[in-house]
Amino acid sequence: MNQLYNDIQLYGAGFMEAAWLVLLITVATIALSWVFGLLAVLGKRSDWLPLRAIASFYVWFIRGTPALIQVFIIYFGLPQLGLNPSPFLAGVIALGLNSGAYVAEIIRSGLLAIPKGQFESSQALGMSHPETMVRIVLPQVFRIILPPLTNEAIAALKNTSLLSTITVVDLTLYAQTIISTTFRPFQFFIATAVIYLVLTTLLTQLSSWMERRQLRLS
Amino acid sequence: MTTAVKPLLRIKELHKSYGDLHVLKNVALDVYPGEVVSIIGASGSGKSTFLRCLNVMEMPQQGFMEFEQFAFDFREGARAQPSPEQLRALRAQIGMVFQNYNLWPHKTVLQNVIEAPMRVLKMPKAQAIAEGEALLSKVGLFDKRHQYPGKLSGGQQQRVAIARALAMKPKVMLFDEATSALDPELVGEVLALIASLAAEGMTMLLVTHEIAFARDVASRVLFFDQGTIAEDGPPETVLRNPRNERLRQFLKRILHEDITPSAAEKAQ
Repeated sequence: MNQLYNDIQLYGAGFMEAAWLVLLITVATIALSWVFGLLAVLGKRSDWLPLRAIASFYVWFIRGTPALIQVFIIYFGLPQLGLNPSPFLAGVIALGLNSGAYVAEIIRSGLLAIPKGQFESSQALGMSHPETMVRIVLPQVFRIILPPLTNEAIAALKNTSLLSTITVVDLTLYAQTIISTTFRPFQFFIATAVIYLVLTTLLTQLSSWMERRQLRLS
Repeated sequence: MTTAVKPLLRIKELHKSYGDLHVLKNVALDVYPGEVVSIIGASGSGKSTFLRCLNVMEMPQQGFMEFEQFAFDFREGARAQPSPEQLRALRAQIGMVFQNYNLWPHKTVLQNVIEAPMRVLKMPKAQAIAEGEALLSKVGLFDKRHQYPGKLSGGQQQRVAIARALAMKPKVMLFDEATSALDPELVGEVLALIASLAAEGMTMLLVTHEIAFARDVASRVLFFDQGTIAEDGPPETVLRNPRNERLRQFLKRILHEDITPSAAEKAQ
């Protein structure tokens, strides 16, 4: 018990800081993934073949390769092109690109779930296609895809641990650093797992709160 | 009607195909202000497709259309082919009511009604709300204005859909089997509302299976058969003394199997 108290005294603040960083990366990744996901969906639905091809290639490539390799390509590969992103920036871009491909598929399935009549009634009232999408279709799509989006957000949060390999001091790398001096992997990896669990639980709670709020509305 | 009255809507030489399937074959129709036109016919006769061509939800391959300021020539490459902007402006003046209501489930009843006037007509919100509430009173659903469509019965939803179309102050209303999806006991309230609009002089075209309604409310009945208008005239002539053999068979089929035509249609 005494040792636990000492550990918290010594490393608690460091874990908090690392957890905060994980949360920050997750939020940035989710925001970026929605942008990439939406762009990929728009690309796939475009009338212009090259745009469709790029969007399809993006989703195909991301879903078919390991996230870790994608992180390496961005972090170690970009400097060869003269770009030197910080580990944080490279990590967020890589994870955002990764998650975006899955978000694209989620949005696409949500769009397919909207009955044709919803488009038709807007069209028949003289609304333009962008108006119909923004005002009528996307709000409904968002409701449908909130649960799968939550899963994807949780996956994104857990994937932040990959960034420990590119010197981002996230929970995983912080734990490894401590363990290399304390030689107590069992305790510290379990502590790390518990912190991840708290974070993912918070995400799930946030999502079910949003779902409940929507249920009340409709 | 006298010949001096200009038709509100004029359709000529209308053709519509889906691939090899020639759904509408050289259809022509003049609709005069205040006319209530019931369109009957077997499924696949082209009646719904025709209705959907009138607000160009379906783009005909060929044909001419005149309505208000619009004069379209639907032939590919024609100079008077409608532009997307013209189509939006056209649809803003033509109300359409669908079989499945197609209300927006994430918006309240009132929000459903004020959305298009605000977005398309750029009506100020206060005015849109005032007019929307007046329309909802008219269709008897003022109390439900803050409810979501999912909480309403089918008949109530369809009345909201009618109010939503009326909010655009359309010159003509199209009803595409507006009562076909309703439970039999809910059909009456929607038909009563449509009849009251007819009595106010609203020009309308209705694709319907309600033969009794066509007989009592319509000023004109069209019988569609195999992509053409096979009969066109006042209901007493078309429905009581059908000259067309296929119309006679059609009426026999839907009137004799069951007392209420809607139930017979549903059973098919």
